[in-house]
Amino acid sequence: MLNGREKKAVGVETIGMTMRFGAFTALDDVSLKVPAGSFHALLGENGAGKSTLVKCMMGFYRATSGDMLVEGREVKIASPKDASALGLGMVYQHFTLVQSLTSAENLVISREGVPRVIDWRKERADLARFMETMPFELPLDVPVSTLAAGEKQKLEIVKQLYLGRSFLVLDEPTSVLTPGEAQEVLGFVRAMTVAGDVTVLMISHKFPEVKAFADDFTVLRKGKVTGTGRVAEHDRKVMAAMMIGDQPIATLDSRAPVTRDARPVLTVRTLKAPDRTGLKTIEIQDLSVRSGEIVGIAGISGNGQKEFLEVLAGQRQRDAGEVLVKGAPYRASRVEAQTLNVRFIPEEPLRNACAPKMTVAENMSFRNFDLDTSGKPVNWINGRVIKAFAAGLVEQFKVKTASLSSPIESLSGGNVQRAVLARELTGDVDLLIVSNPCFGLDFSAVAEIRARIMEARNAGAAVLLMSEDLDELLELSDRIFVMSDGALVYETPIAMASVQTIGEHMAGHH
Amino acid sequence: MTEIASGPVASTLGGPALAGALEWAARRAEGLVIPLAALIVGMALFSIFIMLLGKSPAQLFDLMWRGGFGSWFSVQNTLSRAAPLLLAALCVALPARLGLVVIGGEGAIVLGGVAAAAMAVLVQGAPALIGVILMGIAGAVAGGVWIGAVGALRHYRAVNETISSLLMAYIAIALMNHLVEGPLRDPASLNKPSTHPMDPAFVVGAVPGMDVHWGLVAGIIACVISWILIEKTRWGFAARIAGGNVRAAQVQGLAVGPLIVGFCALAGAFAGLAGMIEVAAVQGNANASLASGYGYTGILVAFLARHNPLAIIPVAILLGGIDASGGLLQRRMDLPDATVQVLQGMIFIVILFSETFYGRLRVFNPDLWKRPA
Repeated sequence: MLNGREKKAVGVETIGMTMRFGAFTALDDVSLKVPAGSFHALLGENGAGKSTLVKCMMGFYRATSGDMLVEGREVKIASPKDASALGLGMVYQHFTLVQSLTSAENLVISREGVPRVIDWRKERADLARFMETMPFELPLDVPVSTLAAGEKQKLEIVKQLYLGRSFLVLDEPTSVLTPGEAQEVLGFVRAMTVAGDVTVLMISHKFPEVKAFADDFTVLRKGKVTGTGRVAEHDRKVMAAMMIGDQPIATLDSRAPVTRDARPVLTVRTLKAPDRTGLKTIEIQDLSVRSGEIVGIAGISGNGQKEFLEVLAGQRQRDAGEVLVKGAPYRASRVEAQTLNVRFIPEEPLRNACAPKMTVAENMSFRNFDLDTSGKPVNWINGRVIKAFAAGLVEQFKVKTASLSSPIESLSGGNVQRAVLARELTGDVDLLIVSNPCFGLDFSAVAEIRARIMEARNAGAAVLLMSEDLDELLELSDRIFVMSDGALVYETPIAMASVQTIGEHMAGHH
Repeated sequence: MTEIASGPVASTLGGPALAGALEWAARRAEGLVIPLAALIVGMALFSIFIMLLGKSPAQLFDLMWRGGFGSWFSVQNTLSRAAPLLLAALCVALPARLGLVVIGGEGAIVLGGVAAAAMAVLVQGAPALIGVILMGIAGAVAGGVWIGAVGALRHYRAVNETISSLLMAYIAIALMNHLVEGPLRDPASLNKPSTHPMDPAFVVGAVPGMDVHWGLVAGIIACVISWILIEKTRWGFAARIAGGNVRAAQVQGLAVGPLIVGFCALAGAFAGLAGMIEVAAVQGNANASLASGYGYTGILVAFLARHNPLAIIPVAILLGGIDASGGLLQRRMDLPDATVQVLQGMIFIVILFSETFYGRLRVFNPDLWKRPA
């Protein structure tokens, strides 16, 4: 099993790969060449065909036409088994490790043909020898659940090497990592490609990491290759243009200055609430968000951001402390939210802010179905009024939907988020609480959604933005807090913000 | 990959008026065609069962038609049986719109009947209309408290409502047995322990021109009111949001707890009313016959109607007809009296299975008509 390490990196090539689903062409004559030992970035918006291409290469899909070469020889990959026999492996965006088992156990059970009775002494010895060939240490004997995200991602990659893979596809490998962890993991991958141990094809949305680590890149748009070349010879703008074509990209409004005497809209004082496990406490000592500013909260997921949001949204009981909106105690009832103009956009809008099987029109009316045009409560629902209201918003926010009567779950992620933004950003907004608004969305949707948030800020809304995407926080925020272990541990105005320092606080190194 | 269309709304489906009508029709037809198909498949499976018994399915369905709908007498018999099914089905359908699977309507029916019978004894001699109204209120309150408690346990204590409602139905039946054999027993009821017979003035009679009691009308009105509540009022809309996604409802500040308890209480009140009608129109007092399975058949009715209160009306009549034909099947074809239950069980399984087809069939789903380009 360990002789895989003696294999060297292999080169992989696709020629004229085409994949049709019915009348829909997901991949159109895609040729891609990844020479042995290179680090290749695969760029493209959501739905551009990146994952379809990778799934064809890995044997999850059978391409309609086209060939695949490994080390210059034509190969048929009919199933994932064929792919692994050829030394091709994939690391997914989300972890595929068994949380309750140790790293060593995860490695051993991932192997094909594990004996029915495992000789752990022998396996451990083999593993120790294997780890000596790796450039870093990993704790092998603790449950995976106790590892940090970066360590888990490293373990995923190590697992592929342990299985003897010599060509790796990494699907957005840094999306769950802190900036520091991302640097470290990609540096490690980079070093292995340089040493000729492995060839890497990385799917990514993030230009900085592509610039820093990849040799070559290929861009897909609507299933076609729109550009390829050396990373060093192309700048970010050129690559972005290849990704999105000539469609206009929303640009941020210039940032209106925050007036010095802007009134605080949201004030949180000595708030205490239990976290998900009930064992730890979320404590927010003092946080205020003023009208016309965006306050960003950075942090690795699982450090209490979710619970803090749930308290603000009235989904979680608090033990102590107060939440004030415009000076009035706020308990997140519907009437309070309506009279104080508080809007809430949770992450994963389809899961948290929509009723998936209800229609687009109905979903867009959730905020005001019980009010008439002058804001007075009404008891009767009028389907026509709801549709007319939604039709206006769909037009204004460019929500792409087959019909207003389609269930909202039939929309793409970006359009669900547009629909939710349309619902929450109309009318007067005094306080906007947003969480990971762009998670999983494509380039143009991200730009547009950030522009909308900035617009709301410039119109005088106080915005509390929680995000795991540091770039997003740096782009939008006026002030950034770092949340770690249930508390706000660091604050910096945007002018003084450094990725380095923020990252260290996120990782709890202070 | 999941982009649906690239133009503005409705421009993707050809001429807006025709396309709109087609789309509307397709979305509506889904909820009609799939349950009907499931019903037919269920009956086909049942035919196999009948053939295995060495009998003729053709003769069976012929008898079933005659027993349920073939004559004015059988139609009236069918409608009488449909009356409690309407209310029992609402006890399932209303919580279902909030995402709750309540299957213990039988308990609310039983307690509603006992409460109504007790009230009848209490207000003996009162004017007829007042007596009937008080009996109705007693039945509705008893049933409402029972199922309302199921909703409260679910929302505030995370007790699974399916299990708790079923277990509470057993408790309700045991409670009824205790009451009619003990504190509320009419000493004159020797063979079949019962409560005191109610004042004859309180008897709910027949609808003029028919041999069907007013319970049928009450059931139809309850269905219409429920439909209006769900489709046309803010509370119904809020309930649908909560049923579609509790987290979304909470983020919108909707009072999910009161909604759940309120809808469950209303559902239980309807079932309790069914028990009251059984007492006031059929039995004349409360006894063990109250637990005759209407609550369970109501589950099937609600699922076949896809929890749409208006659809419950025809479905309850259909199931009432199947029920009504049971005696005839037994006599003419020498089939065991559980035969009808076998049919109901088969239909129910097929109905549950058919749930997986919703949104998947291209002809009913306009969102699949236009593939992404």
